[in-house]
Amino acid sequence: MGAGLDRDQGVAAALWRRPRLQLSLLLAGPIGWLVIAYLGSLAVLFVAAFWRLDTFSGQVVHEYSLDNFRTLIENDVYRSIVFRTVLIAAAVTVTDVLLAFPIAFYMAKVARPRIRALLVVAVVMPLWSSYLVKVYTWRIILAEDGILNWFLDPFGLHGPGFGNVATWIVFSYLWLPYMILPIYAGLERIPDSLMDASSDLGGGAWLTFRRVVLPLAWPAVVAGSIFTFSLTLGDYITPQIVSSTQFIGNVVYTNVGVANNLPLAAAFATVPVVIMILYLLAARRLGAFESL
Amino acid sequence: MRYARWAAVLAVMAALAVVVGCGGDDSSSDSGSKVKAPEGPEALKTLGDGEGEVNLIAWAGYVEDGSTDPNVDWVSDFEKETGCKVNTKIGNTSDEMVTLMRSGQYDGVSASGDATLRLIAGGDVAPVNTDLIPNYADVYEGLKDQPWNTVDGTPYGIPHGRGANLLMWRTDKVQPAPDSWGAVFDANSPYKGKVTAYDNPIYIADAALYLKATQPDLGIDNVYELDDKQFQAAVDLLKTQREIIGEYWSDYTKEQAAFTSGDSVLGTTWQVITNLLEADKVPVKAILPKEGATGWSDTWMISSKAKHPNCMYMWMNHIISPKANAAVAEWFGEAPANAKACDETAAKDHCEIFHADDEDYFSKVAYWTTPTKDCGDDRGAVCKDYSEWVQAWTEIKG
Repeated sequence: MGAGLDRDQGVAAALWRRPRLQLSLLLAGPIGWLVIAYLGSLAVLFVAAFWRLDTFSGQVVHEYSLDNFRTLIENDVYRSIVFRTVLIAAAVTVTDVLLAFPIAFYMAKVARPRIRALLVVAVVMPLWSSYLVKVYTWRIILAEDGILNWFLDPFGLHGPGFGNVATWIVFSYLWLPYMILPIYAGLERIPDSLMDASSDLGGGAWLTFRRVVLPLAWPAVVAGSIFTFSLTLGDYITPQIVSSTQFIGNVVYTNVGVANNLPLAAAFATVPVVIMILYLLAARRLGAFESL
Repeated sequence: MRYARWAAVLAVMAALAVVVGCGGDDSSSDSGSKVKAPEGPEALKTLGDGEGEVNLIAWAGYVEDGSTDPNVDWVSDFEKETGCKVNTKIGNTSDEMVTLMRSGQYDGVSASGDATLRLIAGGDVAPVNTDLIPNYADVYEGLKDQPWNTVDGTPYGIPHGRGANLLMWRTDKVQPAPDSWGAVFDANSPYKGKVTAYDNPIYIADAALYLKATQPDLGIDNVYELDDKQFQAAVDLLKTQREIIGEYWSDYTKEQAAFTSGDSVLGTTWQVITNLLEADKVPVKAILPKEGATGWSDTWMISSKAKHPNCMYMWMNHIISPKANAAVAEWFGEAPANAKACDETAAKDHCEIFHADDEDYFSKVAYWTTPTKDCGDDRGAVCKDYSEWVQAWTEIKG
């Protein structure tokens, strides 16, 4: 036992003398996971995008060509699917900002601590229930004989049915908490004294909001938008359940699951990766990463 | 520094764009036009004892153990007799079944004609030694040795049954009752937004079938062997249809829910879905329209990587035994494969209604089969193969 203790002390001393070695040993696990499991799978995805499929037997042929990318570029439908996905992701993001900002502002600046705690729980609560349950619930709400039509019927109106509008509504609902929480955190960091100062200097509510609150909270809004935008961009289950609309994810899914065309799916999957890289670079310029 | 990074990103993207733009013109490889059985998988020589379980991929309604409806059960007896516990995974489309079979985790599959040849060509299924399946002798001759279940005289599966894709509507919402597929292809349909269709590339054949009857100058003969002009006409028809489609279905529970809630009131169906809806008292009716229909002739196949081959052989023998075959045919709404099954059905006229031995009737049903480059006639290799069907389907859905 004494020898073991000595050896342990020896190891500890050796590590103490070499802080770099200590650090690299500590980080080897997480970094290894990041590089091998995370970036590695992305690399495999990218490589697979250059393979092709033998269409009859359905086996992947490991020959490099750019056929997949050419298919994606030459076909109108893939462009319009990318366009639609980005458009709905953007619409969801804008909707969530408009919904989240007043709530977050109330939580951060107006509500008393007890109410605030209650509201935080209320915002986080939907995250405890299953994604699928929430989407299917929306399917029931939006159905022909669903509660929405029952509610609108006396006014001579009719719900949107299952389609693009339905996906927009459901996504806006699903990702709202991911927008509220960053904005709430961002607003909380703004000292109340700044708002007092603004009104002392004669700034009205709107002017204060526009010139003081919004610029300071903007990085937080952008941070929230990263979540809402990327989550919508990558989703394929909601469009399938509440519409027959195709998102990028649906095309990837059918190419893997239906056509078994893994290379084309991989090629198409690089599109959202590129979009998100651009989005994140833009977000970094707007200072979003400091408020995450 | 910041700009330098931006520039680097732009440079990478530009390089990528150049590379993509300059993509060589190497012609796409010609996919095998005729199926060749791969060497390797061999049929079982002798039947041994059961392995205790068997993992199946099946169409909804093909493997019922009483959990859907206590009276619908042809699995429990099998499990008791053979000691093979049956685990089932429902496949919603043929493509899904092919993908699942490729995973190598299943012993067998109830494959339709648009999956069988792909499975054989891919080496995913093994030939079947029909001597080990006593009930095979009673299978209708018209189902044996067919191009979708036999290659070069070697059987790759056991015929299960056959039937047609039907036209279903809500009788309280759709009047007058339709008798033609025209009802789902009418651009000015009064049921716009409530029409449904099967969400799979193979549905292009349904449009071709309708065109075959309504536009004879296109010269469509086999709806799975479409050349450029015929294919384009079918795709255009489906793009028009897209405007009146509320939602597509491939998961049978989705169609069931949509007809129950009234989100869909008119569209393609399988008999089994109609049965389930009628059991729930939803007012629906399904018919075989006057143009005929696409349909299926299904085959139980055994995986080349089967871990429980003996149980799988016992299952294949069981599912075409007169009793089980009659039960599954009645539940799913199809014609049984075993001639003796007709004496076992609860409804005595089942085999007449479903034209079990009526080869003339089934000549009007276009069985699902995998489209290939080779048209199979004197037009040569100018037809659209399945990958082009898949791509067209993505385009149709938009």
